[in-house]
Amino acid sequence: MARTLDANRPTIEDFEQTGVEMPPSRQVKPAPDRFKNTLGKYRVVRRTELCIKCGKCIEICPRGVHVKPHGYTDFLKPLDWKCTAQKCKDNGTYCVDLCPKGALHIELSPMYKALGDYRWTADLILSTWYMAETGQVPDGELNYECGASGGGFDRIRFKFPENVQRTDPSAISTAIPLNRRNDDRLKITIDIPVYGGGMSFGSVSPNAMIAKARAAMAWNTFSCTGEGGYPERLLPYREHMITQVATGLFGVREETIKWAPIVEFKYAQGAKPGLGGHLLGDKNTPAVAAMREAVPGTPLFSPFPFHSVYSVEDHKKHVDWIRHVNPRALISVKVSTPVDVDMVAVGSYYAGAHIIHLDGSYGGTGAAPDIAKKNIAMPIEYAIPKVHKFLQEEGIRDEVTLIASGGIRTAYDVAKAIALGADGAVIGTSEMVAMGCVRCGKCESGKGCARGIATTDPEMVAKMSLQWATQRIVNMLSAWREQWLDILSRFGMKDIKELRGRWDLLQHEDYQ
Amino acid sequence: MPAKYHISTKPTPPRHKPIGKYGIVDWREDCSACHNCVKRECAYAVYDQERDRLKEREYADYLYDCRGCLCCVQGCTKGLLTWETNPAYEMLGDDVWTPDIISSTWFQAETGKIPVSGAGYPGPFRGPGFDSILTDMSEIVRPTRDGIHGREYISTQVDVGRKPLSLKFNPDGTLAEPYPPQVEIPLPVIFGILPWHKTSRNLGMAMLDAAKELGTFGLTDDVNLMHHEAAIPFLREGVHTDLTKKKWAAWADCHNVAELIREAKVSNPQLISMVSLPLGPDAPKRCIELSKLGVDVLHVFANWHGYVNTDKSKHITDAIREVHQSFVKQGNRDEVTIVAAGGIALAEHMAKTIICGADLVTVDVPIMIALECRICSRCRNGLTCPIDIEDTDHDYAVQRIVNLMGAWHNQVLEMMGAMGMREIRRLRGEVGRAMWFDDLENDCFGPVFGTRKVG
Repeated sequence: MARTLDANRPTIEDFEQTGVEMPPSRQVKPAPDRFKNTLGKYRVVRRTELCIKCGKCIEICPRGVHVKPHGYTDFLKPLDWKCTAQKCKDNGTYCVDLCPKGALHIELSPMYKALGDYRWTADLILSTWYMAETGQVPDGELNYECGASGGGFDRIRFKFPENVQRTDPSAISTAIPLNRRNDDRLKITIDIPVYGGGMSFGSVSPNAMIAKARAAMAWNTFSCTGEGGYPERLLPYREHMITQVATGLFGVREETIKWAPIVEFKYAQGAKPGLGGHLLGDKNTPAVAAMREAVPGTPLFSPFPFHSVYSVEDHKKHVDWIRHVNPRALISVKVSTPVDVDMVAVGSYYAGAHIIHLDGSYGGTGAAPDIAKKNIAMPIEYAIPKVHKFLQEEGIRDEVTLIASGGIRTAYDVAKAIALGADGAVIGTSEMVAMGCVRCGKCESGKGCARGIATTDPEMVAKMSLQWATQRIVNMLSAWREQWLDILSRFGMKDIKELRGRWDLLQHEDYQ
Repeated sequence: MPAKYHISTKPTPPRHKPIGKYGIVDWREDCSACHNCVKRECAYAVYDQERDRLKEREYADYLYDCRGCLCCVQGCTKGLLTWETNPAYEMLGDDVWTPDIISSTWFQAETGKIPVSGAGYPGPFRGPGFDSILTDMSEIVRPTRDGIHGREYISTQVDVGRKPLSLKFNPDGTLAEPYPPQVEIPLPVIFGILPWHKTSRNLGMAMLDAAKELGTFGLTDDVNLMHHEAAIPFLREGVHTDLTKKKWAAWADCHNVAELIREAKVSNPQLISMVSLPLGPDAPKRCIELSKLGVDVLHVFANWHGYVNTDKSKHITDAIREVHQSFVKQGNRDEVTIVAAGGIALAEHMAKTIICGADLVTVDVPIMIALECRICSRCRNGLTCPIDIEDTDHDYAVQRIVNLMGAWHNQVLEMMGAMGMREIRRLRGEVGRAMWFDDLENDCFGPVFGTRKVG
């Protein structure tokens, strides 16, 4: 691992000496980039032929971009990922203007222009990395609230009132209950209104999977096994793991259902609604194949739909089956967002579901046909108010937990989803980005992710340590909670449950 | 059950270097020659491959393989590497034929595979034209089917020709009128005449041979190719050819088109007649007139960007719905076959056009892109083609076109599988299997946010 020369920044080696603690803590600890060169918004260039090494820049830079370690005669390469040039211009601390010799030059990094996409802009990726590293909300000029897709969450804003008595953040609750049925099953409350989405053993690395589970444990929430089976390394975190039963039934055994406080039926996935899953042969290593009870090296398809479910009655039989196998578990039903998603939600409730999990069409995946990701089913922003309203009209809204996922990238997206009518959200890509994902979209190719996140290749898995990955997610969630507290405080609320379905607090920039 | 339709694809590498989206740029001065980027960081050995090509071609602008993982950029000892979007990539095509569409078509023509990627959809929330429509899926209650990898057959076959709404019988039980001629094609696609200028015979022949291999047809206005088994002769005013052995022929719309068709049918009663006319405000009326005059197939076209007018205010999807609806209102939609053309660039456009009411579509520009066209417009301005498209090898061209259609076929199967549909004929006009963004905004956001300001 590379050692950075920034004196104030702990290195990855320092970090790893802490070892794996148990239980994992939600305490924020710095978790620096695991690569030597951190990406940033600006490129800072020092013209050494002009620089007189006066140190003025070190003095004025509020971010510590300019570094000359003690005993060195020369400056280090500027730590330009920390630079907030625009903010400095506004505050009169712009080093380019203040350098006596005009030796400094700042421009937008060409990588900033190439990084990201409409949904996950460079700002969102960089700000998520910042949160994952520091556990703090970026105070620079990165937009950490929304992307630039031109619709949905990216055009929705909160209408914050001006004259409201702000609530003390320490008195605000961000917890949500998951069992609203008042039946004899577990009464589960999670401390933050999000839990981790299913990523199967095989699609992501063991380190990524366990890091997700550890972060979930730290924040008293959940992570999900995905459909590739339940690795026993996850057993220490079993009270925070959801077992997924998906159409391929890979690795689903009686004990894996018994281990789980929540069992999730995956009917469909937002990124590829109506299609099955597909694990490419290269990623089906012997370990993955053993877990899935399949032949190594062969591509594994999960069919669509469940071949035992062709009606709501069949679905009920399925739910009853799990209820008998595990008498304490909550039942979650994960469905996609077709035009009749409201009917599907009501049907799932009457079949016995505690949680209706809607997965919108712009959600993440390890591999899906581009045509499916772009075209099939509706974005989650539309599905939430539709289902919320319908459940209200049916008089069952308070008996079921509505969870939204598929394109929920930021703390603000979560808050907007809740204000649109969801109880909470499931996140996936944000966790991946916290672990260093750049959204290159090549999770599926060859041996998988070159950054060691969505891969099972041992050499690439070794690129990311468990401790580091855990801390990055813990830090990000901590920064997210800060943002929820801030939003609730500005509305004078004491509990995130008060925000649910508050359409009156939202405005859409394309609406009157 | 008939044999499952299968398109035989095989990898057909490009003749020229494809223009990739991203590239790594480095400054050679100050490089410490540690080779971390090459040896340690690049999990996919892209640098090695580039080096090999460098030896071969003596230049290094092949940027196709970089996966943009940024490991080398972030791992470079001196922090010298930069990752940038390739400016040549951004210059490809235009706002409708986007670089992403061109690049995806190249991939499909090379491999015959469906484009698959990881992570969520990276594009804008919605867009104009085809991007204002989503297709639906069926969650739980659905017909039994097992998709692409399973037992049951999803048919993409369409019937072309006039279909009588009822049959009339003689007292002895025999048909009172002969059943009109029909052609069955296994894919809802015919190949169109390329929109910009006359193409070489070489190219036209490759296109028709590919159409033959796929079991479909291609329009041609080259009299020397009109005899081809898969050719649909396109007869503009003053062009004549022997139609006695043809199954299908097309005429440009003109005042005496019905007469011309009648004459042709005298010598060949089994001939399917098609009239080609532009979409626009008069199209629905004219289509009904032509149908009454006995035309079997209506070939309605928008411009090659998919719009009916130059200000891009009306898209082919809306225009096709009008034509389709005008027949539905009259109660005789099944009598005619409607072929839509213009701006159909991706497999999803084919499915969406059919949902809007077409029976099948015409593919034209994507064929050029399959043969590595960059939509650079040089040929339209009388300049030489940078990839010398007119001189493509025949077998290469046929296979690239077949590969592209193979990929499209599989993608349409994916979409139909998600919808729970087993027949593309049933998709025609089935707007219940689609969602319009405007409707979703009204239905889902209307109660939350009120009235929408912008269209």
